[in-house]
Amino acid sequence: MALSQAAFEFARTLVRQRSGIVLENEKAYLVESRLTVVARNEGFASVDLLLEQARTQPLNGLQVKVVEAMTTNETSFFRDVQPFEALRQLVLPDLIKRRAQEKQLTIWCGAASTGQEPYSLAILLREHFPILAGWKVNILATDLSLEILERAKRGRYSQVEVNRGLSARLLVKFFDKQGLEWQLKEDIRRLITFRQLNLIEAWPWMAPADVILVRNVLIYFDVETKKAILGKVKRLLRPDGFLFLGGAETTMNLDDGFDRVEFERAGCYRLRKS
Amino acid sequence: MRALVIDDSRAMRSILGKIMGELRYEVVEAVNGRHGLERLREIGKPDLVLVDWNMPEMNGLDFIRAVRADRAFQDLVIMMVTTETEMAQVAKALEAGATEYLMKPFTKDTIIEKLALLGVAPA
Repeated sequence: MALSQAAFEFARTLVRQRSGIVLENEKAYLVESRLTVVARNEGFASVDLLLEQARTQPLNGLQVKVVEAMTTNETSFFRDVQPFEALRQLVLPDLIKRRAQEKQLTIWCGAASTGQEPYSLAILLREHFPILAGWKVNILATDLSLEILERAKRGRYSQVEVNRGLSARLLVKFFDKQGLEWQLKEDIRRLITFRQLNLIEAWPWMAPADVILVRNVLIYFDVETKKAILGKVKRLLRPDGFLFLGGAETTMNLDDGFDRVEFERAGCYRLRKS
Repeated sequence: MRALVIDDSRAMRSILGKIMGELRYEVVEAVNGRHGLERLREIGKPDLVLVDWNMPEMNGLDFIRAVRADRAFQDLVIMMVTTETEMAQVAKALEAGATEYLMKPFTKDTIIEKLALLGVAPA
């Protein structure tokens, strides 16, 4: 059954207000397909009925479920390859030199989703930078969705998920097979702190970061929201730190405080020297 | 770019052949490990080999071992594509000399991501 225009408008407004994500008219199919699963799980005969209930009874938790279903994005281990190559070849060697005295690194994944990005980072550090064993390395992973964060914390992935982007050598080295799923080993999981954070709301205090990744999330926001987020990123990033955006994202025409780092299609930026 | 696809299932050879063709690979097929070795002798070194594990006459694991025993094929890129999904089996395939391992079922995107890891992705 097709989603009614009124139901779509309600979902669109709700998602926009809670997450800042803008759903264009042509995304009606996406709303319908994602919310069909929620409707089924919650015992509604249709998405329209689910949204009607969410509208008339705003406090029963359905609104949160609707927003979470619409804001979960696809991800994979070592997604896009190049950002991780930039980290391995350029960013981490540079930072390790610069932080040789303080022996501390802070990395923030701002759209961690189901955890593949922060875990890929943790694996990269373990695999290529044994020198960091004696350092204090903080990897903070945040996401809008509590449900998704719970999944991320468990570090358990299906076969389809570990097939994507992860080499078999790393799979054997850093995972355990648990029934039909694959779970990251405890010593990788404990490298990461997971916390809820909504990019469009006020951010809690966070330690200044050496590396910030907010990849494949700005594309969902309107121009003003993108500017606001980049402004906050600029204040949080240490002066010699690095920012990573997704392949389809840029700071151009949004914030002139960044310079692009030339490294393939890594989407890597540094603060412009004033 | 040329790929050798070794699988006893005609359907699987057809699926892999179609995907690799779309990725602008020229595809050569073989129906088991022994046939795969013959093909290698005929065509020389391809850019990539996709090989199933369970096949009659010579399985994928024995194929990989035989290939690696030949100095000319030490650096041949071989990805095992199989329904075997236990950790011990993945480890065993790597130990035998597989460069990469892909568990069925897969999609075209999964193949593309693995090719990127292997450095043999189409331009």
